[in-house]
Amino acid sequence: MRFPAVERTPAGEFRLRLSGEERRLLRELPGSLRSLLDDEPRDPSLRRLFPPAYEADEDAEAEYRALVRDELLEGRRAALATLERTAESEVLAEEELHAWLGALNDLRLVLGTRLGVTEETYVEELDPADPRAHELAVYGYLTWLQDELVSAAADVFPSP
Amino acid sequence: MTAPAEVEVERPAGESRAEEERPWIVIVWNDPINLMSYVTFVFQKLFGYSLEKATQLMLQVHHEGKAVVSGGTREKAEHDVARLHAHGLWATMRQD
Repeated sequence: MRFPAVERTPAGEFRLRLSGEERRLLRELPGSLRSLLDDEPRDPSLRRLFPPAYEADEDAEAEYRALVRDELLEGRRAALATLERTAESEVLAEEELHAWLGALNDLRLVLGTRLGVTEETYVEELDPADPRAHELAVYGYLTWLQDELVSAAADVFPSP
Repeated sequence: MTAPAEVEVERPAGESRAEEERPWIVIVWNDPINLMSYVTFVFQKLFGYSLEKATQLMLQVHHEGKAVVSGGTREKAEHDVARLHAHGLWATMRQD
């Protein structure tokens, strides 16, 4: 049994217990998504980051995109930069934790879309011969870590 | 004889106003990537819902494929959709 990977401190910060290997991965992943956003903004794996607001009204949808796309992109870049910058931190401020949550979710959305993940994808049973094995393992790790972050972050909300 | 003409003129205007004021709803759709715990967390964070209400909405999305999570004027609905998109949820809006 291991200690919780993410734990809220009495001071309202969040203590991280992650290995050097995990931190290296977390430091490297933001750059690859940033390159994709910069170089191939129309890549189909990015579509889940910018879903349509209006399904049946093309004009309204075009207006919505013009209005929010830059803002969404800016927020995503900021969260990726925070994850990259704080990947070696022992303790995260609440704002940084929320940035981690956003960045990890974006990474999962892009990776999961590329891998064609379904609700029945069992990342625990990896076949090493599967050419997707590495990406599936990364996806599985990010899923686990995000769940840990959510548990710690949700402690902040008042209990019923 | 002017009265009926006035009615004719007023009615479409009244209808169009009612059309504009008909409330909008914000729908979140099920997807295979977002975690159940994360979706519940986002509903609490963005809308201030209790854990119970956020969980109930998340389960509705999960089991029924979608749930109405907020609504109001078009501006409010668009604002909520954009915040949900910023958090990676698959949200759309339409007039109720």
